[in-house]
Amino acid sequence: MTETAPVDSTFLDTTAAEPTRARRLVICRLQVNGEGVAVVAPVHWTLLELLRYQLGLIGSKQGCDKGDCGACTVLLDGKPTLSCITLAVAVQGRCVETVEGLGVGGEPHPLQREFAERGAAQCGFCTPGVLMSAAAYLDELSSSAEPVVRQADIAAALGGNLCRCTGYTKIFEAVHAAATQILQRSKALADTSTDDAS
Amino acid sequence: MLRLPPFDVHLPDELGAALALLAKHGRQARPMQGGTDLVPNLKLGQTKLEHAVLLAGIDELHGIELDDGELRLGAATGLNALAQDPQVQAHLPALAFAASRIASPQIRSMGTLGGNLCLDTRCRYINQSELWRQALGGCLKSHGRECHVVPGGQGCVAALSSDTAPVLIAYGACVHIAGWQDSALVRRHIALADLYDSDGVRHLRLADAEIVTAVRVPLPSANVHVGYRKWAVRKSIDFPLISVALRLERSDTGSLLAGLLVVSVLGPRPRVIDLKALAGRTIDADLAKALGQMAFDRCRPLPNVPYDADYRRERLAVEVRRLCTEMLNL
Ligand SMILES: Cc1cc2nc3c(=O)[nH]c(=O)nc-3n(C[C@H](O)[C@H](O)[C@H](O)COP(=O)(O)OP(=O)(O)OC[C@H]3O[C@@H](n4cnc5c(N)ncnc54)[C@H](O)[C@@H]3O)c2cc1C
Ligand code: SF4
Ligand code: FES
Ligand code: FES
Repeated sequence: MTETAPVDSTFLDTTAAEPTRARRLVICRLQVNGEGVAVVAPVHWTLLELLRYQLGLIGSKQGCDKGDCGACTVLLDGKPTLSCITLAVAVQGRCVETVEGLGVGGEPHPLQREFAERGAAQCGFCTPGVLMSAAAYLDELSSSAEPVVRQADIAAALGGNLCRCTGYTKIFEAVHAAATQILQRSKALADTSTDDAS
Repeated sequence: MLRLPPFDVHLPDELGAALALLAKHGRQARPMQGGTDLVPNLKLGQTKLEHAVLLAGIDELHGIELDDGELRLGAATGLNALAQDPQVQAHLPALAFAASRIASPQIRSMGTLGGNLCLDTRCRYINQSELWRQALGGCLKSHGRECHVVPGGQGCVAALSSDTAPVLIAYGACVHIAGWQDSALVRRHIALADLYDSDGVRHLRLADAEIVTAVRVPLPSANVHVGYRKWAVRKSIDFPLISVALRLERSDTGSLLAGLLVVSVLGPRPRVIDLKALAGRTIDADLAKALGQMAFDRCRPLPNVPYDADYRRERLAVEVRRLCTEMLNL
């Protein structure tokens, strides 16, 4: 487990407006991208603040900062969650995945590759959040009994992520392509294992 | 960037401990579940608090159970869980549908039923940033003396925008409430419709140290049909700008025995219209038209939420007619 160094006081200066009020610091222990961390933060901090200002994980974006846009989406125990309106202390002991943890071993995730190849990111501000919602969709798809990639399901899964640039078409295409690839790969794997069995 | 003003957070794992904290800190404390309503409101300075009491650790608030002809829905039931639960889908399909139409996938995995029922009221003025609001000065709900959406208005008419409340009222739901008096836990239950008051500043008939623990819904018999429609600008993320739930009890011959029309997003409490006057009529396209007209005649949307109030009134009639038409073949 990584115990973080003493709190960076620049970011603790939320006290400036009301310097007299006592503020409680807590140690938040959670799993972030597979690694256990223990971070000291003010008790009223959001998960997004913890990620960005204490752990330096600035992939998740602080967009509207009030639940409207989805730019701060992370996975909490696999479920898409808005980190800007989640209190960090409320997710003690749970697993958080951010866009930084999406690729494995330096390799981009199929979603990231498709986004790059199909021009599904323009300014890129919404992209980390969109990718995490898309990753949750892929997980659900792979775990369903009869997985079928449907445009309507992709649109519904990304319904909480706003993009001001792309018009969504290329985003949907990229998610569709990555989903199809992943299903083909798992089908090929299943076929090989049945071949082995026979 | 919208940072939260500082406050303390408590994570009790027992109902009594949570209630004792709420009683101790009075108006300075609030219960918090998913926080998807409370956190944005705190960030916008619309709500102020010193202590947030998180309810997630209290076992009693969780779970969906069939018990004695009723479905008991714990206040901490997640919105997605509600939408996807097989028992809810089988017995209360309109509730599953309403839950599936709330906000966005992220908010549905965070938000809860209890928070949805106790959602703060909303209006065009109060749900803006503090800076924006300063331009007009405070209102009745925020340390001021006037209402900015109904000029000259004597009371706050901010609207209840919960998607589950109208449909649960149509199902005849009852809310179970726990409170703290003389250092002891006290319980009571009331019809859900009676949880709401007409004052948008304090629209919940709950004492400071009272919380909703569960909702109990009697299983509807085979001749009872409930439906829900929500009108919002976008298919996702948006709060309803008008919403309607309809309960129709059908006789063997296909006529209306009894029914309720629940209209929401008018003001701080849903409007419940008893359909006694229409009893005996055949449930058909004419009834759908009559219900639409009735809604138009009896309800006057205010300029409290976005969109033109006159348009919302006409839209209400259309939504009621369409809802009844959808339900004709059930
Ligand atoms: C972008 C956006 C879109 C939204 N769209 C919709 C929508 O379409 N439809 C809709 O209905 N809602 C919508 N919401 C509002 C909100 O997300 C949901 O209503 C959600 O169900 C609230 O639940 P929660 O658990 O997050 O509540 P919280 O934020 O935890 O609580 C809400 C309020 O209820 C009080 N409270 C919580 N639990 C209890 C309890 N057990 N007893 C007494 N009081 C309690 C809290 O003190 C607080 O005042 C939206 C919110 C956002 C940010
Ligand atoms: S309806 Fe009027 S009094 Fe109520 S919150 Fe809005 S502006 Fe304020
Ligand atoms: S930054 Fe969290 S929803 Fe916009
Ligand atoms: S790429 Fe710019 S907001 Fe989506």
